[in-house]
Amino acid sequence: MSARNIGVVYRKELTDSLRDRRTLVSMIAVPILLMPLLTIGLGVLSAALMGRAMQEIPTVMILGGEDSPRVVAALRLLGDIRVVPPQPDYAERISDKQVRAAVEIPRDFDAAVERGEPATVRIYMYTGELRSSFGVARLQRFFRELRERTVRERLEARRLPTTLIEPFEVREQNVAPPEKVSGTVLGGLIPYFAVVLCLIGAMYPAMDLTAGEKERGTMETILCSPVSRVHLVLGKFLMVLTASLLSAMLSVISMGATFEAGRGLLQNLEQFGGMNLPLQFNPGAMAAVFLMIVPLAVLFSAALLTIALFAKSYKEAQSYLSPMTILVVLPAVVSVLPGVELNAWLCLIPVLNVSLVSKEILAGIYQWSYIALIFASSCAYAAAALAVAIHLFQREEVLFRV
Amino acid sequence: MIEAEHLGKHFRASHRGTVQAVNGVSFCCRPGQVYGLLGANGAGKTTTLRMLATLLEPSAGSARVAGHDIRRDSPAVRSSIGFLSAATALYGRLTAREMTEYFGRLYGLDGETLRRRVDEVFQRLEIDFGDRRCDTLSTGMKQKVSIARTLVHDPPVMIFDEPTLGLDVMTARAVIAFIRECRAHGKTVLFSTHVMSEAEKLCDMIGIIHQGRLLAEGTLAELGARYGQSDLEEIFISAVES
Repeated sequence: MSARNIGVVYRKELTDSLRDRRTLVSMIAVPILLMPLLTIGLGVLSAALMGRAMQEIPTVMILGGEDSPRVVAALRLLGDIRVVPPQPDYAERISDKQVRAAVEIPRDFDAAVERGEPATVRIYMYTGELRSSFGVARLQRFFRELRERTVRERLEARRLPTTLIEPFEVREQNVAPPEKVSGTVLGGLIPYFAVVLCLIGAMYPAMDLTAGEKERGTMETILCSPVSRVHLVLGKFLMVLTASLLSAMLSVISMGATFEAGRGLLQNLEQFGGMNLPLQFNPGAMAAVFLMIVPLAVLFSAALLTIALFAKSYKEAQSYLSPMTILVVLPAVVSVLPGVELNAWLCLIPVLNVSLVSKEILAGIYQWSYIALIFASSCAYAAAALAVAIHLFQREEVLFRV
Repeated sequence: MIEAEHLGKHFRASHRGTVQAVNGVSFCCRPGQVYGLLGANGAGKTTTLRMLATLLEPSAGSARVAGHDIRRDSPAVRSSIGFLSAATALYGRLTAREMTEYFGRLYGLDGETLRRRVDEVFQRLEIDFGDRRCDTLSTGMKQKVSIARTLVHDPPVMIFDEPTLGLDVMTARAVIAFIRECRAHGKTVLFSTHVMSEAEKLCDMIGIIHQGRLLAEGTLAELGARYGQSDLEEIFISAVES
């Protein structure tokens, strides 16, 4: 085994790849930009859209209520809804988004409340429509306050304390450390993205260094040099592995940076009562996740190189490798599903095992026996895939398939 | 020196069964000599040359190139040859110098020796565009870099597979001149072509190959006497039809 020859091939492939715009995009730009665009970009966009929707004063119809002037007058006085004249086709108008909601005041509502008799107010809405739900929320708040006020007045009239209807209070309190909460809430996403980007980063160089070389006619050029085919495939493999690991590493760093930047946004949301998550990520845990991904990157690199070698053109290689993305995304998605917990059998399933253990590591749980089993099985799969790649590189019917 | 003995090669094609591409080909090419393998497309020329360059393993027979057995000592064979064909392209994203240096390193050259050798070859081939990327070069420039790549390790044996295929007249002439120069330097030169005029101008020995078999070989005069023709095209047709 000549490390020198492997190094010569590797250095050339690295120089060649770093001058290729497509490789740079898949290896560097995508892992760095994907997470910020997906989280902060989408977050800012949805916040802007929500803000615009919240600024609108919803139009509301009051149906009935001719015999209940008190409640109708109170509704009309509300500043955050605009009351429009009632129409018989209110349901159609709500569905067509001309009116956001309608409230039906039952017959003798004011009097019934006065007498302490039951009464039902109906709110008509467009379920799932954001602006309609804002209108409904404002109506709900009005009637909740009216109900509370009525109860308070009745208790006071009878000289009874308010604790009569609220004998005790229940409060929730988080006791798990912020690191564990973060691991549970977001821990599934980080390995998912890192694993998928690890594959995507390796995909383009794997095609370029095999099928691309056949297509451009450089495969025969390199094969007539004295370098052995084992050294050649190892040099190429190391380049694909570099791209894969670089993608995974950049994606982990980018996710860490995005998370830090996103914490500020979450705190802003907390002020509005939208989120109350004590989030914190440990850089050490992120590094451990990256370490678990290393054998997976070896497996991806060798497998992609092997499959792409069969193709005689770049286009053919693309059609072979595209299904690989689904094969990787599926187990990665399964790991994000709630209730999927690591066990000895799942430790043997590639991709799923690394995704699950990474989720645990991010939550601060280190099950060393499982970690060892996953690392060993990943290394075994990676070694098998590399052996197949080396074997195929010796077969002339694969190299000279035209 | 190239000595081929009963070389044979068959391929398994999925829809055509077994295809015998080369069948019992034997010939000898000596130092300071240009041996031309003349044949139509699909005659078995490229397969024969690829076996001699150890790109393909023979199904039958054997050969020695510069004293090394192609089956047992393929790295030594590849170190002793410069192989140029229409299918040996350049790495477009490397410069002409990087391309030549890369191959020099693969042939075991390093440091100052490599730099000096590349300078020599570039000077000899009048390459003054060493810092330009190969994908920006003209066809003629690319062919010069390909030749530089085959010469960087100063091999005793040169194998050319249809080296003028697809080239313009000026570039093709330069390649022919380069082959003559190799002969003048005492190298063993084997080249394949289907262009009769090239073979007539260049070859000391001609082998006519058809459907994987070597039908006849000799100097132009010997072949002319054997088939009663003076024109190589007529000799070729007579050999194939007989």
